Amino acid sequence: MSIIEFRKTSKHFGDLKVLDQVDLSIEQGEVVVLIGPSGSGKSTLLRCINGLEQITGGDLIVDGISVREGGRQLRRIRQEAGMVFQQFNLFPQMTALQNVAFGPRKVRGLGRAEAEAQALELLDKVGLKERAHHVPSALSGGQQQRVAIARALAVRPKVMLFDEPTSALDPELKQEVLTVMRQLAQEGMTMVVVTHEMSFARQVGTRLIFMEHGKISVDGNPVEVITNPPSERLKDFLQHVE
Amino acid sequence: MEIDWSVVPGFLPQLAAGARVTILIALAGLVGGTILGLIAGLMRAYGGRVLNAIAFVYIELIRGTPIVVQVMFLYFAMPVLTGLRVDPMTAAILAIVVNAGAYIAEIVRGAFLSIPRGLTEAGLAMGLPHWKVLAHIVGPLAFRRLIPPLGNQFIVSLKDTSLFIVIGVGELTRTGQEIMASNFRAVEIWTAVAVIYLIMTGTLTAILRLIENRMRIL
Repeated sequence: MSIIEFRKTSKHFGDLKVLDQVDLSIEQGEVVVLIGPSGSGKSTLLRCINGLEQITGGDLIVDGISVREGGRQLRRIRQEAGMVFQQFNLFPQMTALQNVAFGPRKVRGLGRAEAEAQALELLDKVGLKERAHHVPSALSGGQQQRVAIARALAVRPKVMLFDEPTSALDPELKQEVLTVMRQLAQEGMTMVVVTHEMSFARQVGTRLIFMEHGKISVDGNPVEVITNPPSERLKDFLQHVE
Repeated sequence: MEIDWSVVPGFLPQLAAGARVTILIALAGLVGGTILGLIAGLMRAYGGRVLNAIAFVYIELIRGTPIVVQVMFLYFAMPVLTGLRVDPMTAAILAIVVNAGAYIAEIVRGAFLSIPRGLTEAGLAMGLPHWKVLAHIVGPLAFRRLIPPLGNQFIVSLKDTSLFIVIGVGELTRTGQEIMASNFRAVEIWTAVAVIYLIMTGTLTAILRLIENRMRIL
């Protein structure tokens, strides 16, 4: 069974139709890269998966649970789908370690010592063990985003959602975040990534989806699609991002 | 009439007793007002349509009427309407609770809503229920932003207790008035009263400064 399944999913903001009857199945282990012009619905599509946006039509099943169920069921989905934001959104009053240990403690109910021991391992994994006791404002953007990735992983999700994770970063800081993401993909993590990093899409993505006007207009193998764009619009888009 | 400061020390015990009543009203009123304000503020910020509307009406009713009218209503009109008589002290404390509560509600609402939405989303995205996000993430951040305007409101409310002279509570201003009525030492007595208010508000300011310094605004 697919881990994420959009079934004629629509999303309206008032009169504005942002997702238009999207059908999409994502299997475990896939690295799906979502691209498209601004306003095409790619971020909304991502945010519907963990219910940060409520769908207004059709259905959306994540790990066997419909996002429409809401409440406790929606919280179960959210525990299975970690999210990384463009603006990092680290908790500013907590150290890097406390940020990462927060989810396990408050969501999974782990004791402080155990949660912090796990958090330290995860910080080590993203290369920030020495920065564990720094608050976010004392970290660079790239470091903050790596802490944010560790924080999302700490809840032990089955899927990771990335919403333009490198868009707020200076070019030289993007790489450290992309490296962590690449490593994650190699470990077999299922990932859905909204990004403009075409090299990441080509090298790491197993699937590339191009969105336009709330619909999926191209869905295929990243290398093939990028080398040989099947539509004029995609060709045009690729020229602008690269 | 010449000014004679030597009359002041003789009245100090009486003024101190008045100051104690002032402090009691302010303290009890502000504890209640802060609790009420927190509830009403959270209702405004996160309540559904009904809770939001209730809090809105309460806040606008109180902000739109003078505190003197409010305390007169509590002391003179409420007994007529409900048959329940309250003593002046209770009416005074209730007036501060209800009045400060409305202003504090707006302070609370502002502080909570000023915390970036992304932090709430980050908490929700982990699978936390909304109340836990408020309690563990947004609340502690909002609290830091709450302190300066809350301190301001505490000082305003403390001074507002002087208006309860109208229902005959023996607080500091009324005590000053009574002493005045017996010896007509206006300059000496009102200066002493003003200085005592300054000492009270000054202490409050110092405490707030201390709390602020110990906590970084994030």
